[in-house]
Amino acid sequence: MRRFTWFNATSLTLGFAFLYLPITLLVIYSFNGGRNVAVWGGFSTKWYGELVQNEAFLDAAWVTLKVAAFSSTIATVLGTMAAYVLVRGGRFHGRTLFSGMIYAPLVMPEVITGLSLLLLFIGIGFDRGILTIILAHTTFSMCYVSVVVSSRLVSFDRSLEEAALDLGCSPLSAFRLVTLPIIAPAVIAGWLLAFTLSLDDLVIANFASGPSATTLPMKIWSAVRLGVSPEINALSTILIGIVTVGVITASLVSKRAAVKRQRDEQAAVAN
Amino acid sequence: MWGPYLMRRFALISIPYLWLLALFLVPFVIVFKISLSDIALSIPPYTPQFDPSAGWPGVTAFLSDLDLENFVFLTTDDLYWRAYLSSLQIAVTSTVLTLLVGYPLAYGMANAPDRWRPTLIMLVILPFWTSFLIRVYSWKGILAGSGYLNQFLLGMGVISDPLTILNTNTAVYIGIVYTYLPFMVLPIYAALERLDGSLLEAAEDLGCSRKSAFWLVTVPLSKPGIIAGSFLVFIPALGEFVIPDLLGGSKTLMIGKVLFEEFDKNRDWPVASAVAVILLLILIIPIILFQRNEQKQREAEQ
Amino acid sequence: MTAPTEFHPWNDPQAKPLIRFQNVTKRFGEFTAIDKISLDIFAKEFFALLGPSGCGKTTLMRMLAGFEDPTEGAILLDGADIAGVPPNKRATNMMFQSYALFPHLSVFDNVAFGLRRDRLPKDQVQARAEEMIALVQLGPFANRKPHQISGGQRQRVALARALAKAPKLLLLDEPLGALDKKLRQETQFELMDIQEKTGTTFVIVTHDQEEAMTVASRVAVMDHGKIVQVATPDAIYETPNSTYVADFIGDVNIISGGADPVDGKIGIDWAEGQPPLTGICEQDIAKGETVFMAVRPEKVAISSEKPADRSNVVAGKVHDIAYLGNISTYYVQLSGGQIIKAQTANTRRIARRDFTWEDDVWLSWTDTAGVVLRQ
Repeated sequence: MRRFTWFNATSLTLGFAFLYLPITLLVIYSFNGGRNVAVWGGFSTKWYGELVQNEAFLDAAWVTLKVAAFSSTIATVLGTMAAYVLVRGGRFHGRTLFSGMIYAPLVMPEVITGLSLLLLFIGIGFDRGILTIILAHTTFSMCYVSVVVSSRLVSFDRSLEEAALDLGCSPLSAFRLVTLPIIAPAVIAGWLLAFTLSLDDLVIANFASGPSATTLPMKIWSAVRLGVSPEINALSTILIGIVTVGVITASLVSKRAAVKRQRDEQAAVAN
Repeated sequence: MWGPYLMRRFALISIPYLWLLALFLVPFVIVFKISLSDIALSIPPYTPQFDPSAGWPGVTAFLSDLDLENFVFLTTDDLYWRAYLSSLQIAVTSTVLTLLVGYPLAYGMANAPDRWRPTLIMLVILPFWTSFLIRVYSWKGILAGSGYLNQFLLGMGVISDPLTILNTNTAVYIGIVYTYLPFMVLPIYAALERLDGSLLEAAEDLGCSRKSAFWLVTVPLSKPGIIAGSFLVFIPALGEFVIPDLLGGSKTLMIGKVLFEEFDKNRDWPVASAVAVILLLILIIPIILFQRNEQKQREAEQ
Repeated sequence: MTAPTEFHPWNDPQAKPLIRFQNVTKRFGEFTAIDKISLDIFAKEFFALLGPSGCGKTTLMRMLAGFEDPTEGAILLDGADIAGVPPNKRATNMMFQSYALFPHLSVFDNVAFGLRRDRLPKDQVQARAEEMIALVQLGPFANRKPHQISGGQRQRVALARALAKAPKLLLLDEPLGALDKKLRQETQFELMDIQEKTGTTFVIVTHDQEEAMTVASRVAVMDHGKIVQVATPDAIYETPNSTYVADFIGDVNIISGGADPVDGKIGIDWAEGQPPLTGICEQDIAKGETVFMAVRPEKVAISSEKPADRSNVVAGKVHDIAYLGNISTYYVQLSGGQIIKAQTANTRRIARRDFTWEDDVWLSWTDTAGVVLRQ
């Protein structure tokens, strides 16, 4: 029997306060109208107004979105292929190296990944810009996608694929008609993860990009290295708001689906 | 004979394989190679450069110019080994602190009523989806000399002079604990959640107090979660760059930061590469230990 | 209930088998899953592969479906070697142990799945799928998803889906394994009914001997990658060819001893100072060879007086009694310590048992009741 004690309640309260207080303060102070960033000077949305005027930020945001959209989509395709190879590929030459290359980027310090990609791009004389950031982000996020998708594939009942073959599917159409629809939630989750990782990345983008492309995290970083900036607070608030709405919506949708499924299953047993 | 099936299989394997070879392994080999080269005033700024047109003599000449000079240099300048040691110390300290903050939180979640748990889990995961950079940055406003914390403490009369936290190692600890807390909480929660409640009843039935049942049953059974969580915090903390850069001071020595500066400011690529190679060698041990722990877990579950 | 009595193509030397295994061996690395099996299965048969888990029965079936290829030997379907033909090009369909229903498709779409792969016109797909759904009586559930129906209904969807393409051969991998006992018994008769209606050849894999005996026209008993015996259910039960088969199918007493052939019957010297037992044997057995007599408990009579007219009579003491309601099994210990089981049907309500613990009793059986086996 589990007991929820006062100690538990206290540690939950303190723990979540620690997790959420800094973000909450940041959000509150983004509406600070005063001159001094640390002193409350009345409610105002002026920093949001200035942010919208700031073309450099808007450009960086646009670059970031483009990079994230392309890199996460390519990473999802490559990562799903890699997951399929890992789980269903059987034995082939260099399998150990392959799985090593899938897992290594997950634990590789970003500075090393970034440095090595930069040296590659310079070594082969590849101009750095949006394209190199996309290549760099695709490479590390495909590994995350492949981990997410392969954990779903491992628990996938293989006889479903065999049944599709048995009923006349070619291997390719079995994947398209049976495997893909069933693992779709994991593939979508992988895409979302890749997209967020790309939006979030500072270090690798910093190495992989050239003067022609600046992403939003790079812009934020150079602004906040110097100190607290009310404009950045406003920008952060917008980003946090988008993520919060997105995550809560996603979890409500999946919770509703789970409840419906449970109800269906109970009804099935009853009849 | 290659049938269409084998062709498809070949394509399926080779596309992600070649991608990773070209954009993960080859760059890494390049880092390794450059770490054995010498700095030069050229573009790119290192020598020797490999010249495939020179044929076999070119290869041997290239190989004979590679040496361990940069690694010897790293041992002579105490900046580097102090940076390694200081990174290790910061990573260990922050991992322990994260465990101390994370365990009670995970324990509280595991003991919470069933209907709260999905929400609690979501609350732990939510910050993970939020920008890492923004989360680190949010502490700048709190910890600064005129920041919210000092304002609060001064206002309450707890202190008379503002505390200096920002730009010290303390700020770096706080930053690491804060950003990596979910990585610690989730594995521990998973281990605690699986724990069969009747085990605690059995322990109490056999004469344990609730406190000793916690230490004798709950903690040992959550050990795999503790180990996994600790590695998940320790490994990225060791190579961390953004947190010491934003929250640490000029005295905060972390190897990720040194590497970045060596590269960015000094443009000494060979030394930066040598630093990277050594950082990786240091990381290999915890990574292998972590993999072994995961492996053991998987086997135990079967 | 089983196939009509005149149906026994395996006894007709002119009959062409639908499936022929020719010296088929399958190895996985070092492990030999199937060891030089030769076997004929005829059209319209309901053929059961029976054996403990790991005996190779599933591998044999997966080779028919095309998921595995034989390492050596050939498998002929209608006289043509099917090695290398991928599963999607074979005229066989399979009902999977887990049913393998596509969770994202409705019952109707699951059943129509295979038909659509053949690019049949829409109205034909519709008609055939409806026909199959009606055959398994799932009409009202056609639009439900697999998780919205019960386990027994899922089993029928899997059957309808596998039958929809009218395969030459239907493979059933432990089809009733996931059902509870009562439902399983009802479903066995439904399976036989459907098999007869559609005229399809069924090959079923099972570890449940009762199931194999109930549904099959012939049963192949397998052990360690080999087929030990292929015969009709009654032949398997009444004339097993080895103690392995005798022991695997039903309950049996096995008594070993030296053989002493007399007048086409075999005498067995099974214990010193005891008269020999006699039984029948279809094989030639030399004098003195060690043989085994297998006799079913229900063929052993128990009595308090020594019966005069039986050829095999032994004395013992009641060691234990298992009362199962319809029958009682007496565990009788002979003077040598061996335990022999005797079964009696409880045709009347027992107010008083005829025998109880520690009673001295006589066990007896006729000379045709026991089979004498070499191994």
